Amino acid sequence: MQIARVIGDVVTTVKDANLSGIKLLVLQPLDPDGNATGRTLVAVDAVGAGVGETVFFVRGKEASFPFHPIEVPADAGIVGIVDHWDVEKPAGL
Amino acid sequence: MILARIVGTVVATRKDPRLVSNKLLVARPMDPHGKPEGNYLVAVDTVDAGVGETVLIVSGSSARMASGMKDCPVDAAIVGIVDHVDVTQEK
Repeated sequence: MQIARVIGDVVTTVKDANLSGIKLLVLQPLDPDGNATGRTLVAVDAVGAGVGETVFFVRGKEASFPFHPIEVPADAGIVGIVDHWDVEKPAGL
Repeated sequence: MILARIVGTVVATRKDPRLVSNKLLVARPMDPHGKPEGNYLVAVDTVDAGVGETVLIVSGSSARMASGMKDCPVDAAIVGIVDHVDVTQEK
């Protein structure tokens, strides 16, 4: 799983039937300092996250598991909202 | 999933039988602001998308979960046509 910030949302009308009713959010993955790192991506939301929140998400087929037994065609899914996170700096830095 | 713009079509006569009658499109991934990024890819179209449209592409084994793609040899499927993207915060 990876930590990311929700930076936006995606609106689609024509889509796979199994995606209907599911919120699509734009994520910006974060590094341990909270800075943006890597490419943005779109993820399905299983926890009611919103823009501006820090979340963690899964990649791959597992993204659809929260919606079981519906087979949602998703390769990234938000599975938790982060309250706070601490990263200890390696000694010597 | 990634956002991408459809830039072309692919025609293939000889192909895996499970790909018969599926439309293949060339897509260019882009960021939420519409700026192209990364490499072009070929994706199976499941939502009747067309050239010039912004779409949502699902990659990897999840692509087989798109409608009608069960057990098909695909690793990228177009599962939505994007109306608009709202980005309120970045970096």
